[in-house]
This record gives sequence, C-alpha cells and structure tokens, in this order.
Amino acid sequence: MQLHRTLVTKLLLVTALMFGFGFALVPLYDVFCEVTGINGKTSNVPATALVDGVDTSREITIEFLARPNKDMPWIFKPEIRRLTVHPGEVHVMNYFAENPTAQMIVGQAVPSVSPGQAALYLHKIECFCFTQQQLAAGRNMLMPVQFYVDPALPAQFSTITLNYTLYDVTANWQGNAATENLGE
Amino acid sequence: MSAITHDHDHEHDHKPSGIKRWLYTTNHKDIGTMYLVFALLMFFIGGSMAMVIRLELFQPGMQFVEPQFFNQMTTVHGLIMVFGAVMPAFTGLANWMIPMMIGAPDMALPRMNNWSFWILPFAFLILLLSLFMPGGGPDFGWTFYAPLSTTYSNDSTALFVFSVHIMGISSIMGAINVIVTIWNMRAPGMTWMKMPLFVWTWFITAFLLIMVMPVLAGAVTMVLTDKYFGTSFFDAAGGGDPVLFQHIFWFFGHPEVYIMILPAFGIISAIVPTFARKPLFGYASMVYATGSIAILSFLVWAHHMFTTGMPVFATLFFMYCTMLIAVPTGVKVFNWVATMWRGAMTFEVPMMFALAFIVLFTIGGFSGLMLAITPADFQYHDTYFVVAHFHYVLVTGAVFSIIAAAYYWLPKWTGHMYDERLGQLHFWCSLISVNLLFFPMHFVGLAGMPRRIPDYALQFADFNAFISVGGFLFGLSQLIFVWVLVKCARGGEKATAQVWEGAEGLEWQVPSPAPYHTFETPPEVK
Amino acid sequence: MTNARCLLWSLPTLLFAASANASKSMPLNMTKGATEISQQVYDLHMTIFWICCVIGAVVFGIMFWSIIRHRKARGVQPAQFHESTKVEILWTAIPVVILIGMAIPATKTLIAMEDTSAADVTVLVTGSQWKWHYKYLEHDLEYFSLLATPREQIANKLAKGENYLLEVDRPLVIPTGKKVRFLMTSDDVIHSWWVPAFAIKKDANPGFINEAWTRVDEPGIYRGQCAELCGKDHGFMPVVVIAKTPEDYLAWVAQEESRIAAEKAAERELLAMNMDMAELMATGEKVYQGWCVACHQPTGGGLPGIFPALKGSQLILNDRQAHIEIIVNGKAGTAMQAFGKQLSLKELAAVITYTRNAFDNNTGDAVQAADVYAVQQGKGE
Repeated sequence: MQLHRTLVTKLLLVTALMFGFGFALVPLYDVFCEVTGINGKTSNVPATALVDGVDTSREITIEFLARPNKDMPWIFKPEIRRLTVHPGEVHVMNYFAENPTAQMIVGQAVPSVSPGQAALYLHKIECFCFTQQQLAAGRNMLMPVQFYVDPALPAQFSTITLNYTLYDVTANWQGNAATENLGE
Repeated sequence: MSAITHDHDHEHDHKPSGIKRWLYTTNHKDIGTMYLVFALLMFFIGGSMAMVIRLELFQPGMQFVEPQFFNQMTTVHGLIMVFGAVMPAFTGLANWMIPMMIGAPDMALPRMNNWSFWILPFAFLILLLSLFMPGGGPDFGWTFYAPLSTTYSNDSTALFVFSVHIMGISSIMGAINVIVTIWNMRAPGMTWMKMPLFVWTWFITAFLLIMVMPVLAGAVTMVLTDKYFGTSFFDAAGGGDPVLFQHIFWFFGHPEVYIMILPAFGIISAIVPTFARKPLFGYASMVYATGSIAILSFLVWAHHMFTTGMPVFATLFFMYCTMLIAVPTGVKVFNWVATMWRGAMTFEVPMMFALAFIVLFTIGGFSGLMLAITPADFQYHDTYFVVAHFHYVLVTGAVFSIIAAAYYWLPKWTGHMYDERLGQLHFWCSLISVNLLFFPMHFVGLAGMPRRIPDYALQFADFNAFISVGGFLFGLSQLIFVWVLVKCARGGEKATAQVWEGAEGLEWQVPSPAPYHTFETPPEVK
Repeated sequence: MTNARCLLWSLPTLLFAASANASKSMPLNMTKGATEISQQVYDLHMTIFWICCVIGAVVFGIMFWSIIRHRKARGVQPAQFHESTKVEILWTAIPVVILIGMAIPATKTLIAMEDTSAADVTVLVTGSQWKWHYKYLEHDLEYFSLLATPREQIANKLAKGENYLLEVDRPLVIPTGKKVRFLMTSDDVIHSWWVPAFAIKKDANPGFINEAWTRVDEPGIYRGQCAELCGKDHGFMPVVVIAKTPEDYLAWVAQEESRIAAEKAAERELLAMNMDMAELMATGEKVYQGWCVACHQPTGGGLPGIFPALKGSQLILNDRQAHIEIIVNGKAGTAMQAFGKQLSLKELAAVITYTRNAFDNNTGDAVQAADVYAVQQGKGE
C-alpha cells in the first residue's frame, strides 16, 4: 500500500480543498456581486460624496419601494414613490416607519436594486439599512437614505428601483446604543 | 457466486461464510455484488415512491395522499434514485469490472472499499426513517433550495443532512479508490490509450466526484447551520442570499448529472463493439470527448437558474456553454452509430438495451438542447418538460445502461447465461412502458403543467392518466428483471470465458464465473 | 423488422400532430401567447425543435438502416475500420455551426426580454405561502390573490369547474397595448411568477426584487401558476391576469380604488359596531375556506404532528385572548402566519368567531372587530 500513499494523500488534499472551496464560494459570491452588482445588493459601506460632476444632461428615475416582511408588524413606507434625479446629485429620501404594537421591535432593512447591475451605480452615503433600527412601542420615525447616482451609470439604464424589505430582528438585536432611535 | 479455481500461485485467505463474509469482505467482486444488490433494492424503494406519485397524479383532485406527503415522496424518490440507485449501481459495476479490465488483482484500497459500501445502507436507513418522524421527512425536493429547506422545513432536515454527508463520504472514498486503482495498478502493457472506455469514463467520473461531492457537503452543512446555528448564508434578513444556495448546489449538481452518465457512455462503448463485432469507432476522440464533457460540466451550472434574475451577460455565458456541451456528446453518439455501421450485428438483450439507450438518451439530449435556449427555457423551466428531459437521460439513459451492463456481464459473474427470452420480454415491456411513461411528459410540460404539484388543471388529465399507467407498467416490468437475475444466479446454460463472440478485453480471458481472485499475476497486454 | 417500421411511421405522425395544438384535452405544444415576445419564444422553441427532429431523423435513420442491413443474420462480414479524422472533424464542426445559428436569434430575444425601461404601468408582485399579492405603483391599489377553486372540488366531493386550480378571487388586471413592468419578490420562500401567455417566468426571491415586462396585444384572461416548489400548496397558488383595454383598465382601477376606500371606511365604522353571530359565522366560514382550510382542514382536524387541530383545541376553548393573538400575530418559528396584516378587521373577527364555534367548539362567543383591533394595537384584554 506504500505505493498508493502519495496519490491517496494528493486526492484527499483535493477533497479538502474542494470542501473549502464550497465555503469559499460564499465570500467569492459576495465579491463577485459587489463588483458586478448582479444580485442587486448594494454596498453596506457608506459611500463618499462626489466633489463635482453632476450630469445635468441625463435624468434618472428612482423608484422607492418598501416591503415589511409578513411577520414584521411595522408600518413602513417611502415618503415619495418616485424621484427624478441627475447623476451626481446628492438627494435625501425618507422612509416612514411606525411600530403600532405594545413591544419594542428592532428592524433590519435589506435593500435590493433592480436592474441588478444598476446597484453598482447607486451610492448610499447614509442609509438606515446600514444598521439595525430600534423603535419603541407606539412610536414612529423618519429613516433617511442619502444617495446619489454615479454619472458612470451605463446609458441603457434610466429607471432604478430601490426596494427595502424590512425584517423583525428583535431576537438578534445586538443592543448597540448608536442604533437606538426611540422616535417621537 | 464464486467458483474456487486453483490457478494462482500463493495461498488465499479462507474467506468466512454466511453473513461474516459479506460484512468483512474486501474482495472487489463481493463488494461489487453488494453495491449492485443494494442499488436494485433502492431502485424498487425509490420506484414505489414514484408509484405513489403516479397514483395521486392519475386523476385530477386529491385522492390518496396529502400535499406535504406528496412533496416528501417527490423529494425522497429523487434522493434515493440519484444517491441510492444510479450512483451505487455504477460503483458496483466499477468495483466488479475495473480491476479485471486493467488486469489488477483487486481495488487499490480494499478495506476502504468495504467501508465505502457499508456506510450506504446506514445512510439510507436514516433517510427512510426520517419519513416516519412527526412532521414527516424532507419535503423540499432533492434540490433542497433555501429558505424552504432552512427556515421553513421540519426537523427531518437534520437527518437528511447527516444522511447526505455519509453518502458523500462513501462516494468520495469510492472515487479515490477508483483513481488510485487505475493510476497505479494497470497491468504492464495496459497503457492509458489501451484501457477500455468503461475504465476511462469511470476514471474521469471519479475526478468529478472528488471535486464536487465536497461542495455538496458544504452546501448541506450551510443549510444545517442556517437552520439550527444562526448563520445567514441564505437568509436575506441576515445579509445572505437565497440564490447563493442555488449557485453552490448546482456547482455540484451539474457535474453530478455527468457523474451519472459518463459511466453509462463507457458501458455502451463496451457493448456495441461486442455485438457489432467491430472495434469502437474513434477511440481517441471518445476519450477526448469524455474529458471535454467533464471540463465543460463545470461551466454550465446556472442553466438550472435562468429564471432567478441573473443579468443578461451571465445568462448568455451559461446558454452558450450549455449549447456547446452538445458537441462532444453528439460526437459520442455518432461514434456509436459509426461502430454499428457495416458491422455484423446480433441483437441479444444487452445490445437491445444499448441500442435503446442510444436512441432514447439522444432524445433526452435533444430536450436538453431545447432547455439550453434561455428564452425558451422560461417556458420550460420547472415544468414537466424538464421532468421528461431528465428522466429520458437518467432512466432510458443511465438505468438502461446499468441494466444492459448487468445482462452483459451476468454470465461472467455467475457462470450461467441468463434466460434470453425472459430478457427480451423484460426489454420490450420496459421499452414500451418507459416511453408511455415519459414521452407524454414533454407534452404536458409544454402545455403548462408545472412540476412538483400533487394536483393539476383539467387539460392535463388525459396525458397524466397515460403517464401513470406507463409508470405502473414500467414498475411491473422490472419484476421480470428480478426474475431473470434470480433465475440466472441459480442456474442456466453454462457460460464460457468468452461469453460473447465479439467480446474483447481482459475480463473475457478469465473463466466464467470469474474466480474469487483474478489476475493475482498480472497478465501480458500487447 | 416490423417493430422498427412501426416506430418509423409513428414518429413523423406524432411530430406532425405536435406542431399543431392537437386538442384541448390533449394539448401537445407550447402556447404562442398574447405578446410579441411570447411569439418570438414560441418561434425559437419550434426552430430548435425542428432542428432536433432533422438531426434525429438523420442519425436514427442511419442507425436503423444499419440495424436492418448490417446484421450477422444476413451473412455480412463485419468491416474493421475504426477511425476517420475527416469524418470526425466534419461531425464536430457541423453541430457547432448549427448551434451558432441557433444562438443568434436566442440572444436577440433574450436581450429584448431584459429591457424593462420606459414602462407605463408597474406592479409589485409578492409571493408568499400560498398566494400572490399585487401592488400597483401608479395607483393606491394593492390586494391578495388566492386560489378560488373550492376545496370540495379538490377533495372530489363536487364536480370540477372548467378553470379548476387556475382561478383566483382577485385577478391582476393590466392594460393592453401598454408596457407593463413586474417587480417580483417574496415574503417567505422562493416562489416563481409564471404566465405562459406572456412567456414570463421570474423567481420571487425573499429580500430581493426581480424585474420582467410585457406588452399584451389582445384583451383576455391569461392563466399561469407558481413555478418554484414553495411548500405544500405550491400547486394551489395560480396566477390569473386579465388584460383590458386602457379605458376599461382605468375604469377598473377607479372602481377598485373606491371599493377599497369604502371598505376602509366601513372598517372604521365597524370598530364601533357589533356584527351579529349569523353574519360573523357566514363570513367566517368563507374566510376559513380560503385561508385556513389548507392546513387546518375542512373538518378543523388539522394534520396530527404538523398542523394543530382546531376542533377541541385547548387554546381556543380556554384562552380567548391567545386565540385572537395567534391569528393576528402568527406564531414565530411555525407555519402559522400573522394574518393580521393580510385580512381585514371584519374578516379576522369573522374567522376567529367561526373557529370558536364551528367543529363542535360551540363557545357561543362572538369576537368583534374592536377586539381584534385592540390586539393589533398591542393593547390588552
């Protein structure tokens, strides 16, 4: 069996590497999506504003959607449904959230952009989706998202839809003081 | 099953008898037999689940089972057929035949070989028992997409994961054994390009196995941790993505289906030349085509995901690669026909199944090519058109090739010829019923019937009735096969070493039945 | 060999029939659909189909010729040739050329299908177990769309209707001649929204949105189904889209908006009112049949070990508050959804009352809208 040992070892190594590869697919997928935007996920890292370069020759329509997940009792809606912007211009949009129940609830908004590739060009300087949002019983609040559309947005895109799905994550709440927002 | 011949030059172990023989054996022939018997048993168990499915689908309305039990049947039917019937059957054939075909005395790692087999019944016992848990067994399809399999599944998921891990370990160990055996133990003179194509196809299949079974293990582990340990690989609320699951799964899943067909190609490439009495046409290109198919199989996974919302450039890439894979596959079919051309054919049962394979697998390949066309796939995806496609390539493809192999090599294994008339009866009953079963699925799929549904709209009723009748007939026809096997094991016309007039290869140089130990002295290969 | 000949004759007959939609009871082919894109998809499908038929006829023809002629019984001697580079190159190159020929129109159609820009109407489609939700982005209009086939038909107690399993209580309505854009998402597992007549099939992924578009030429009713396994009632959540002329569409929208406004107003009034038992039970039964019966069964017996029985339920009989709460808020970690967000106050009050009194539970208790509202507001007894 000595004669088989090296080959068996090599094959076992390949097996182990492929098992690792299976798990490596997770961050690989994230990186690939960040680079190509293909699954419509936007970055979780705040973008920095452009110094100049507003492209007044183009108009982009941004649609705002809000979907509280069926198990999330908050009322959650965008202040306005549509906004026409020039690439490079910084805008602030508010989402209204209200907790109509008798308990404190923590929500996590998950953004999704369609078309997927446009996600790369929607830069969020500030977004309520970066952190968990806590809302006390009966309170409401306005949650802002500050963003601009990159002037490098390919010509074929003229409408970008930004959807937030809101999940109840009270059970997983990390209790970070910075995220506390008791609303009005 | 083994005659004791004294044509070896050193003492052999006195093997125990009875149950101990089978529990402790390290003999490739014994292990091959166990794999094959296990696979046959699993085929009937998985088949009976298909009978439950077809019974419920015989008429519109819910008559026999609840929808969630129906989903358990479709799920476990798929898991059993893929992991419990087809893969172990091919492994059994590999175990029996590869050492003999290359002139080796046994597999490279005989004790690991024993383990590879015996963990399988254990794995399937767990899977089947999970059906009896409160809440039932796995019901999310054999493809177990998240989050249906994570957040929204019952606790049988844990058993399912455990079971799949064990099956994976078995496959990986088997694959390592095959590679090392072929690499290190070929008889002198048995160069790479002299190996029978069955050995080549299994060699390449074994590489596919060690590359993708670990990825399946990863996927199934992530499902477990998402469900029980708070991870969010596939949960959007935690920053994950359900589509990621599909990428990981199909990265395994697509090579997996080639794992289930490449050995079949090897079998057909052995049988057709024998019964045409003519060498295989284009041996070298058959090897290269198999290699190309294996490599391409890693580049096409997302053709299972055309409707998930990938961007156009990604979809186009996968469409083109998928269409491309038709080329080497087509080459193989042409080569088999060219082997037949101007041969002198006889039509014993193995040849009948092989010819049926060529025609019907090709039909499955055609529906596969149609599925590759993405805009058209939007209408085919998740309908019975897909069910028709994969059953043609897997049943009239893989399963027919396994049956052909069984008839082909039974005389070598048992020392008796099988009953040719019974075999022909088995063939014709199977051929007619299998087409009655799966061909109409193309139509109902095109007409709009989704898959994995326990009840359907009225326009699908007539075809479903035919399909169900075909299913029952096909199931019954396989009982003829069992009869043939049992009858042959018990006795029959004595088989020569050569068995078939046109057969070539080292396995036909040893007596029939093959002695318990063969090629303990390596043969001379010219 | 007669068997081979039978096969040879049946094949062209079958193919000929397949190219037409043979009959309603045995439909053979894909629909041409109601849009330009669906027609292109049908054409792609037929093109690749005929290519496969021709290749099949040639290859199988050669094969069957060989089976008939090159057989030992005819006394032929087998040739021994086993390679020919020329032939191999030819039969590798020709398929590649055919495939390229197929890929070009397929690419064109795919790119056309992906261009969702400049839509006139946008609908957000949300799948959940086991129904669809439609929300018009241009109008203040949203509603659930559930299977309308009565459970008695599924259970074979009543004769099945013409659109068995393909009918809903509230179809989606869109205008003809306008570009309609669909945004797909899901509330729980992956579903897939499929309308064959539009050649649209797009997965509804939880937490993500996908897009598709269509422009329907002719008014009509178009039916589809969920196309991704999503649990036990995957086969029972159809899609029905009614395409109306733009004028009819706008009239329908106005009608729906005022209906919903009236329902909302009625809800507010309802808080002060008491419905009588008969009305509660009648409405409750209807709600139960549409929303609860899939899991809890028509008998209220549930499925042991999976879905609890309502009949004789301790929770129902002994804890009124908990009963209302579990229907309004659902039960986390189980299949029991929070119906408070999906049903109106009237429907909730009715179905809670119904389950408290049907199945021999007979509490004699009536639950009113105000009781439900209190629980929704998180206030106590």
